[in-house]
Amino acid sequence: MSTVKHFLRTVVGRAYPRLVGVWREKSWLIFDVLFPLLQVSAYVYIYRAIGAPPEFSGFAILGGATIAYWMNVLWSMASQLYWEKETGNLQLYLLAPTSRMAILLGMALGGLTATTVRAAGVILVGALLFRVPLQVSHGALFLGVFLLTLVALYGLGMLLSSVFLLWGREAWHLSNLFMEPVYLLAGFYFPVRALGLGLALAASVIPITLGLDALRQLLYPQLMENFRVLPVEAEMGVLAGLAVLFVFLARGGLRFFENLARREGRLTLRGQ
Amino acid sequence: MASYDLAVKTEGLTRIFRLRKREARDGAREILALDRVTLEVQRGELFGLLGPNGAGKTTLIKILATLLLPTSGRAYVAGIDVVENPVEVRRHINMVVGGETSGYGLLTVEENLWMFAQFYGIPSREARRRILELLALVGMADRAKTKVYHLSSGMRQKMNIVRGFLTNPEILFLDEPTLGLDVQTARTIREFVRRWLEEHPDRTILLTTHYMHEADELCDRVAIIDRGRILACAAPWELKTALRQEAVFRLRVEGIADAKAALDGMPEIRALAQHAEDGQLLLDLVLASEEALVSVLARLSASGARLAELRKEEPTLEDVFLALVGRKLTEDQDEHS
Ligand SMILES: Nc1ncnc2c1ncn2[C@@H]1O[C@H](COP(=O)(O)OP(=O)(O)O)[C@@H](O)[C@H]1O
Ligand SMILES: [Mg+2]
Repeated sequence: MSTVKHFLRTVVGRAYPRLVGVWREKSWLIFDVLFPLLQVSAYVYIYRAIGAPPEFSGFAILGGATIAYWMNVLWSMASQLYWEKETGNLQLYLLAPTSRMAILLGMALGGLTATTVRAAGVILVGALLFRVPLQVSHGALFLGVFLLTLVALYGLGMLLSSVFLLWGREAWHLSNLFMEPVYLLAGFYFPVRALGLGLALAASVIPITLGLDALRQLLYPQLMENFRVLPVEAEMGVLAGLAVLFVFLARGGLRFFENLARREGRLTLRGQ
Repeated sequence: MASYDLAVKTEGLTRIFRLRKREARDGAREILALDRVTLEVQRGELFGLLGPNGAGKTTLIKILATLLLPTSGRAYVAGIDVVENPVEVRRHINMVVGGETSGYGLLTVEENLWMFAQFYGIPSREARRRILELLALVGMADRAKTKVYHLSSGMRQKMNIVRGFLTNPEILFLDEPTLGLDVQTARTIREFVRRWLEEHPDRTILLTTHYMHEADELCDRVAIIDRGRILACAAPWELKTALRQEAVFRLRVEGIADAKAALDGMPEIRALAQHAEDGQLLLDLVLASEEALVSVLARLSASGARLAELRKEEPTLEDVFLALVGRKLTEDQDEHS
């Protein structure tokens, strides 16, 4: 059997539980749509109260949808391998004669697809509820930026996943630690440029930052002229670079962990 | 299939675990989990590793399954060095661990098994066929669509067993496959394993257990392992026959609290285990010869013990272990069969 086929089977196999999970655990859906929406509405009402143009509400909704992805990366990607270690899945993954990257990729693709359902929910409900103008001028470009952002974001998720594996028990605390500051730094609810160019560029290691910025530029070109971090093309370039870098580092991280675990006997927690 | 006669071969395999400061046991920062283990398992064998908890069974299995590196020594699986070429070894093996909680509760039994089959590159249709066939063999044909979180622990373990055989491995490692299971489920699993090997005579199974009946019933050959060392390795009947020149007695005595102390220093006693039950003391005795019984009884009587029951028995693997190690295999008797 060809290596490519084997790789793809592994990806699909590992993505499957994620995809099925969306429909079997409907409670997640409610939580994942409702929670971002609540946050979004807080910002929408503030923007309205201060008489900001309706586009600002659009910023917030777009940010809210993106938060669904960020939460997925943080809670279902980053700590995933650590959790798999506890259940004993990890050692079976490593036992299998397949690519470890295919496993990670399956995890990412499954999560990404499942989250898209939630993100779409946020946008749909948000746009209807607040009657926000969402007109995409450059459809293909918009989609391209969006996909590129997701690739970079889930690349980061893959990297965090192998890093958290090394940190073990601290993984949960790390997830918590990452959550709030990122809400602010990535500019989920307002153009990140408002933080100042320096901080905005620093926050760009998180792919959402530039991704959101580029999407907003495409959505509201006039308004964003004074708020953008970099031109869309440059932002896309950075995102692509980040994607490659993260995936590359994730691969190294996982390899490092596997070797360490084989040396030190850390593949499982218990005596099993 | 690769050409090899020895499914597993180890030479002086040693594994030391270094502990962190807070994990240190009795001040020791190192654990010698495997101590120069040299083993050969023939292709087609059902080979058992029998030993108590902490003997090093899992450590050995993990090294062979490429999940752990040895500290020194060598190991070959399907003729391939597990340290030099783990990727290649993985194509020939699979592993199931007792009490495993692998897979995803949200998925059905069939979906879970299918997922693992994908990691081995098995086409979906072929995977489904094998899954249904194997589930039927372990009596779970009607459970294919049950979600895993609804399974009892016995069912779950049967699903895990199916996962191991699903990939049709040349060499399968079963680490305490019936650990903690009820009698019936354990029996189903044993029968399944035995039958599968009869139908696939070129496949090899290396099984670990601390249930002596399991080793006795199931295995072609057994290695007895304790504290990381292989103490004996032969067919169960050979191990037991070796003891037959000696004599195994079971005694039930009253009026004495510690027979070990009373019988201390008698050279005729090869091994002795005692445990209290209903105010009486049960003794397992391995004696150098039958004649030695007379002096043992005399010594017990002199210590105030009264004999309530005396039986001469065919030796079991438990007695073999007792004779080799001086302790019983299962100190707290959780034998389930
Ligand atoms: N990862 C580990 N770190 C430290 N000690 C370990 C580790 N794994 C096993 N041990 C120790 O090595 C010894 C052998 O363990 P194990 O191989 O699990 O025995 P068994 O499977 O026969 O019960 C035990 O003393 C156990 O505590
Ligand atoms: Mg064990």
